[in-house]
Amino acid sequence: MDANAAKLLGAGLAAIGVGMAALGVGNVFGSFLEGALRNPGAADGQQGRLFIGFAAAELLGLLAFVVAMILLFVA
Amino acid sequence: MAAESGKIDPMHQFRIEPLFGQDWSIAGHNIAFTNSALWMAVTFAALWGFMLMGMQRKLVPGRWQMAVESMTGFITNMMDTNIGPAGRRFVPWVFSLFMFILFANLLGMLPVALVGLHPFAVTAQLTVTGVLAVVSFAIVLVVGFAKHKLHFFSLFVPHGTPPVMVPLIFLVELLSFLVRPFSLGLRLFVAIMAGHILMEVLAGFVINGANADALWVFPVVSIPSFLLMIAITLLEILVSAIQAYVFALLTSLYLNDAINLH
Repeated sequence: MDANAAKLLGAGLAAIGVGMAALGVGNVFGSFLEGALRNPGAADGQQGRLFIGFAAAELLGLLAFVVAMILLFVA
Repeated sequence: MAAESGKIDPMHQFRIEPLFGQDWSIAGHNIAFTNSALWMAVTFAALWGFMLMGMQRKLVPGRWQMAVESMTGFITNMMDTNIGPAGRRFVPWVFSLFMFILFANLLGMLPVALVGLHPFAVTAQLTVTGVLAVVSFAIVLVVGFAKHKLHFFSLFVPHGTPPVMVPLIFLVELLSFLVRPFSLGLRLFVAIMAGHILMEVLAGFVINGANADALWVFPVVSIPSFLLMIAITLLEILVSAIQAYVFALLTSLYLNDAINLH
């Protein structure tokens, strides 16, 4: 296979990782909302943990994005 | 940019260029005043103005003072809940970090290209976010070793670890500790860069669609892209605030590890 074509394919495959991170981030906020609607009084106290979970889930998707960018513009 | 060639170059906006000539140097090092330096200076000036206007210590605070006080109160509250009373000493650093990142993110979003200037997102440079993350990490290390001396290493062995598992857990915890500055800097840098690339690509769709030969392209491609771009811009403003908050929050958590151990 042509090296350039392989690069583009790899960048496209890395986009799957970004989509997976979308599932993760959605799960974090969805679960938070589910819990928050059951016990709204405790919700505000957990916002810090919400954003820690969001940051951890989001980082992995961003890493996939970095891989795509490296393949497209650096490698 | 894209109008004549039809090719979008989304990375062009991150290029660092000297503003007033290349030849500024000290001892062989190039110190040219770049667009990056200019936008950092603008960020600093905006932040300085914002704080100065709100720090008049009036007995009955006006709107501006309320805005500044809600910001300081937000960070102080975050440090109090995450670290406790010992966290008050680090409020200035975390506050500066939060406000600088927030202002840099939001200023990078300004549509000043409408009047011919080139907006530049300072936080979309790994050098900038990396330095912020490394300084945060260095403060954690200095505080941890100054407060606990070599006992600081007990951070890597959680309470109740079975003795057999200690070497493995130590390695894993050490690795996760050492990765922190990278993940901290990389998260902010990539989130802002990805947002700006996305907006640039959508803007390219709008412009290329408007310039296309076939007439149907404009209503089918350009107008939906433009509407999507408005939504994405709003999302990016939210992301600007969230990323600044996450950076400050994670810094406070790492400081908590250093101050209180486990």
